[in-house]
Amino acid sequence: MTVAAHSQQVAGAPATSGRRVAGALLHDRAAVLSSAFLALIVLMAICAPLISAITGHGPNDFDTAAVNTDLGGVPHGSLGGIGAEHPLGVEPQNGRDILARIAYGARVSLLIALAATALTTLLGVVLGMLAGFYQGWADQVICRVMDFLMAFPALIFMIAILSSLPQGNRSVLLVVVISVFGWPYLARVVRGQTMTLANREFVEAARASGASTGALVFKEILPNLRSSLIVMTTLAVPGYVGTEAGLSFLGVGVAPPTPSWGQMIASSVGWYAVDPMYFAIPGTFLFLTVLSLTVLGDRLRAAFDSGEAA
Amino acid sequence: MARYLAGRAAGVVLILFLVCLFTFVIFFTLSPDPAVMICGKTCTPERIDQIRDVLGLDEPFLAQFFGFLAGIFAGRDYGAGANLVHCAAPCLGYSFQTNQSVWDMVVERLPVSATVAVGAAVLWLFLGIVAGLLSAVKEGTWWDRAAMGLALGGSSVPNYVLALALQYVLVVQLQVLPFPQAVAFSDGPALWFQSYLMPWLVLATGYACLYARLTRANVIDTLAENFMRTARSKGLSPALTMRRHALRPALTPIATIFGMDFAALLGGALITETVFGLNGVGKMAADSIAKNDQPVIMAVTLLAAFFVVIGNVVVDLVYTRLDPRVRITAR
Repeated sequence: MTVAAHSQQVAGAPATSGRRVAGALLHDRAAVLSSAFLALIVLMAICAPLISAITGHGPNDFDTAAVNTDLGGVPHGSLGGIGAEHPLGVEPQNGRDILARIAYGARVSLLIALAATALTTLLGVVLGMLAGFYQGWADQVICRVMDFLMAFPALIFMIAILSSLPQGNRSVLLVVVISVFGWPYLARVVRGQTMTLANREFVEAARASGASTGALVFKEILPNLRSSLIVMTTLAVPGYVGTEAGLSFLGVGVAPPTPSWGQMIASSVGWYAVDPMYFAIPGTFLFLTVLSLTVLGDRLRAAFDSGEAA
Repeated sequence: MARYLAGRAAGVVLILFLVCLFTFVIFFTLSPDPAVMICGKTCTPERIDQIRDVLGLDEPFLAQFFGFLAGIFAGRDYGAGANLVHCAAPCLGYSFQTNQSVWDMVVERLPVSATVAVGAAVLWLFLGIVAGLLSAVKEGTWWDRAAMGLALGGSSVPNYVLALALQYVLVVQLQVLPFPQAVAFSDGPALWFQSYLMPWLVLATGYACLYARLTRANVIDTLAENFMRTARSKGLSPALTMRRHALRPALTPIATIFGMDFAALLGGALITETVFGLNGVGKMAADSIAKNDQPVIMAVTLLAAFFVVIGNVVVDLVYTRLDPRVRITAR
C-alpha cells in the first residue's frame, strides 16, 4: 500500500500550481515577450548610472551643442537629435540626453508603482481579511470606509491633496496617496473570498482541532488567497505606473529635476508639432511598460483559472 | 421601496457630508494661508486682516465649515456694512483668483464638460459593445484575436499620449482636423463636430477597449448558460437566440459599469480637457489646483463626488429594472 501510494505520487506527480503556471506562461509567446521587455526596463533602471557613464551624459546635464539655439532650441538632426552621441535624442532647448532621463525616469516610475502596489496589497489584505474573518462591527466599519473612499473622485482629490501638501518627499507622498485610494478595490475581493473560505470545512476542522486565530488566518486562509492576490497585484502595477505618470503629467508628481516619464511627456506638450520624438519616446516606453504588465497579469489570470477548472 | 430610497438618500447625504468635511480639513490644515495668497505682492498686515475678516478666515474651523455648508443650502453673506456681499442659495463661495462666484463658474463650464462626456460615452458604448459582440460570436477566429489584441493595446495607451499623437498626425501632419476648441453647436454643426472629435476619441478609446473585453467575456458566459441551450434546441435561429435571450443578461453588467464610469467622468475627463485646452469643469479643476484656488477645488471635488454617489444609486435602481432576478428588499 505504501508502495502504491508512493508510485502514484511519482507517476501522477501533480505539478505544484506555481510550476504549472510558470510552465503555461513559458509556452505563451505574449507572456514571454512581455516579461522580456519588463526585464529590459528593470535592467535599464538598475543600470541607469552605468548608461550615463557609457554615453557620458547624466540625466540633468545640459548639452547646448546638441540643440539649434537659432531655431528656438530645436535639436540638431532630423529625429529629435537621435544619433551616435545621443541614442534617443535630446530634449529641445537644454539638450538633456533622453536615454539617460528615460533610464532614471524608469527608476522613479517603477519604484513608485511597486511601492504603491506593496502598500495597497498590505492594506487591502489586512483590512479585507479583518472584515471577512471577524465580520460583525469590524466588517461594518471597514465596508463603510471602503464605500466612502470609492465614492471619492480619486484623481481630482489626489491632485488636490498633492498640490496642497508641502514640498516634502514627493515620491513617498505619491505612494501614500495612491495607496490610500487604491486599497478598497483589493480589500473588497479579499473580504469576499475570506468570508467564503472562513466557512469551508477545512477551516472549521482546523478551528475544531484547536488552531489559534493566527494559525487559521496565516496557515489556512492566506495561502488560499495567493493566486488571486498574485493576479490582482500584477494587474495593479500597470495602473499605478499610469497613475504616477498621469499625476506627474499634471505637475503634482515627482518634482523636477528628478526625471519621470509622465513629466517628460508633460514638458513635450509645447513641442509636439516641431519635435514629435520628444513625446513619442517617453510615450512609447510608458505604453509598452503598461501593456507588458497588463498582458502578463492577464495571462497569469488565465493560467490560474485554467488550473482551477481542471 | 420608499424605505429603501430613504435609506439610500441618507447614505448619499452622509457620504457627501464626509467628502466635504475631509476636503475642508485637508485645506484648512495643509494649505498656505489663502489671505496671503489673495493679497498678492503689495500687501499690508491690515489688508490681510481685512481679507480674513471678509472671508471669515479668522473664525474657528467648525464655524468656517458650517458657514460653507449653510451657504450651499441657504446662501450666505460675506463681509459687513458697506462691503456686504450676498451670495445666493447654492453658494460655493468666490474664487480667490478671479472673485467670480464659483457656482457661476461651474454652470458656465458644465456644457463643455457635458459635450465631451456624452459624445465620448456614445462613441465608446457603440464601439465597445459592437466589437465585443462580434468577438464573442466569432470566438477564437482571427477577428476575435485581432480585436482583443487591439483592445488590450488600446487600454494601455495613456490618454495624454494618445492626445498628443492624434494631434500630431491629424492636425499637424495631415491637417484634416482643426485644433480642438470649445466651439458652440450654434457656430455650425460641422465645425462643432470636428472640434470635439479628437477629445471624444481620446476619452473614448480606453473605455471602448475595456467595454469590448467585458462584453465579449459576458456574452461568452451567457452563451454557455442552460437557458441558451434550451433556446437553441427549440430551433431558434442564432440571430434570434442572440437578440431575444442572450443580449439582456449579457449587457446588464455593462449597463451598471457604464453608469458608474459615466458618473465618474467629471474627474475622468480632467486630463483630456487639460490637454486639449477645452474650458470645462475638469480643466477648471486642474487650473484651480495649480493656483491653489481653494473654493473652486472644494466645489469641483464636491460636485464630482455628488455625481459618483448619485450615479451609484441610479445604477442600483436601474439594475432592478434590467435584471428581474434582483429585487430590492429594505434592510
